[in-house]
Amino acid sequence: MSTREKVGWGIGGLIIIIYCLFPVAWIVSLSFKSSDDIANGQFLPTEFSGANYEQILVGDAAGLFLPALVNSFGICLIATFISCLLSMFAAYAIARLDFPGKKIILSTALAVAIFPVISIVTPLFNLWRQIGLYNTWPGLIIPYLSLTLPISIWTLSAFFREIPWEMEQAAQVDGATPWQAFRKVIVPLAAPGVFTTAIIAFFLAWNDFVYGISLTSTEAARPVPAALGLFSGASQFESPNGPIAAAALIVTIPVIVLVLLFQRRIVAGLTNGAVKG
Amino acid sequence: MASIEMSHIVKKYGDGFPAVNDVSLDIAEGEFMILVGPSGCGKSTLLRMIVGLEDITSGDMVIAGNRVNDKAPRDRNLSMVFQNYALYPHLTVYENIAFPLRLAKVSDDEVRRRVDEAADVLELREHLERKPANLSGGQRQRVAMGRAIVRAADAFLFDEPLSNLDAKLRGQMRTEIARLQRRLGITTVYVTHDQTEAMTLGDRVCVLRKGVIQQVASPRELYEQPVNLFVAGFIGSPPMNFLPASVSGNALQTPFGTIELDEERAKKISGHDLLLVGIRPEYFEDASLVDEAKKPRGTTFTARVDVTEWLGDAQYAYIPYEAPADVTEQLKELSRELDSDQLRTQAVVSIDSTSRIREGREAEFWLDTRKVHVFDPKTGENLTRDAEAGRRLTEEAAEDRIEQVERARV
Repeated sequence: MSTREKVGWGIGGLIIIIYCLFPVAWIVSLSFKSSDDIANGQFLPTEFSGANYEQILVGDAAGLFLPALVNSFGICLIATFISCLLSMFAAYAIARLDFPGKKIILSTALAVAIFPVISIVTPLFNLWRQIGLYNTWPGLIIPYLSLTLPISIWTLSAFFREIPWEMEQAAQVDGATPWQAFRKVIVPLAAPGVFTTAIIAFFLAWNDFVYGISLTSTEAARPVPAALGLFSGASQFESPNGPIAAAALIVTIPVIVLVLLFQRRIVAGLTNGAVKG
Repeated sequence: MASIEMSHIVKKYGDGFPAVNDVSLDIAEGEFMILVGPSGCGKSTLLRMIVGLEDITSGDMVIAGNRVNDKAPRDRNLSMVFQNYALYPHLTVYENIAFPLRLAKVSDDEVRRRVDEAADVLELREHLERKPANLSGGQRQRVAMGRAIVRAADAFLFDEPLSNLDAKLRGQMRTEIARLQRRLGITTVYVTHDQTEAMTLGDRVCVLRKGVIQQVASPRELYEQPVNLFVAGFIGSPPMNFLPASVSGNALQTPFGTIELDEERAKKISGHDLLLVGIRPEYFEDASLVDEAKKPRGTTFTARVDVTEWLGDAQYAYIPYEAPADVTEQLKELSRELDSDQLRTQAVVSIDSTSRIREGREAEFWLDTRKVHVFDPKTGENLTRDAEAGRRLTEEAAEDRIEQVERARV
């Protein structure tokens, strides 16, 4: 590659990065502006202030934000875990076994994912109120499973399909029960796929707003995205944008950490079948 | 160690197509049995039925005296080497080899001892801590064999284990497998589509075609006394030449002259008019290099050579010939079935490497007529097969095997 081409590629890449990250930078800048500085008409705050962070972590918004953070973490982790476990079994069956209705399961899973969330939320609201799941953790975990399971099953079954059948047959000949073959050979080989799926599932649950705002009423179960929507300024005339930006940044951090931690795994997972091992 | 007895084994798939059809085969204790045939002949299916990865539609599979039809693979105590090795990529070589022992809950000390032993046999000592991804093809193959021999299995099963290796390594591993089998004296079933592997490794070879056994015999018997066109064409490289021939008295009229047959063989072919003569390439010779004393035992003819291939130790000449359309069609059909697409009717002739016969010229050839076989083109049956001579050859092979096993044990 000539120097000119290199410079061209560099500039092109830079433009894309700026385009993608500009909104994020804006949120960062916003989160450091004090409330009367928000409409100052410039990108950077006139004076950096930690007031917004103070407000959501220890100030009057802390009562709204901190329990929501705990809820979000708890609910999303549990939902991700259950979804991974279930989809692992389902995907294995779909990839390996020949049973009637296999296609139907896959297409139903896709159909569920296509359905707009907002259309289910009203009946769910009524149902949950009647059976006592309204405003509880399980009340959110169950709908989150419906969000995450389809995509998990699809990604994982693609991963399982790439694991050569012979691996498992070799294990069986070597003296393994089907369960041992699954646990000792298939699961370790599918680990990158499981990690990738887990992260995708976690994102989906973590970013949900509609279920969060509709199926909860107090900090007993309200997740962060819903809580952010309920932030209010100090007075009716003050916009809550500063604290919202600060909270948005804080909830982004675990996601970034998660991705960085498992980045290698994900990349390995994505290229898993490409190279013959 | 155990014997494997199959009686009337049938495998039908969902669409009713019999991939393996009524196969009965007895494999003796410590014997090296080869299942060979072109792709799609059911050899791998048969092997997978022995090991239990494929259900048996009907028939009995008896290993070491026990019927195993309904037993899971793990209960059959067999070990298998897969075509793509099926090593566990997340485990080290050591753990790969130890895998069957770990499943059997063998103590750590015992595992170490036995893995080391297997690693010594296969010269894998310095690779034990590496992952399969970092090994060469030959090394992976040895790891797969290590995993098979580490356990005291009743029999070894190989599913085309050498087909992923390059030609040179394949030759080395072939002798390695032969040595290992003799040394351990374990019953072995080996699937291959490569007739060289079949000839060199097997005590006996089972030739399959479309799920049906054609012939089970020692390599020598298959080569010298094949039962039909299929076996004759499959065994031997370059393959046997089939020439159309018409009968006139005790002689056969072929494109390469008249072949006189002795009384006994002439009797066997009487009553047919169009026949196929099977002649191995080495039955031919450059007539100018044949001893005068030997010449009367065959016939000489002249033909135009199309192409010659000089290989150093041997030389092949290709001689085109004309054949009736229906014979041509049948020979094409046969070569298709044997996975080789022969485009023209030509004879491959092996001549001495010092021969001065060159392509494009007319040359005189000598043909040794004593060992030619005559086939019925309709049924493919070998009309001149000497069953008694064939049986003797296979018996000799069996005696050799027993002797070799005894020697390996000392």
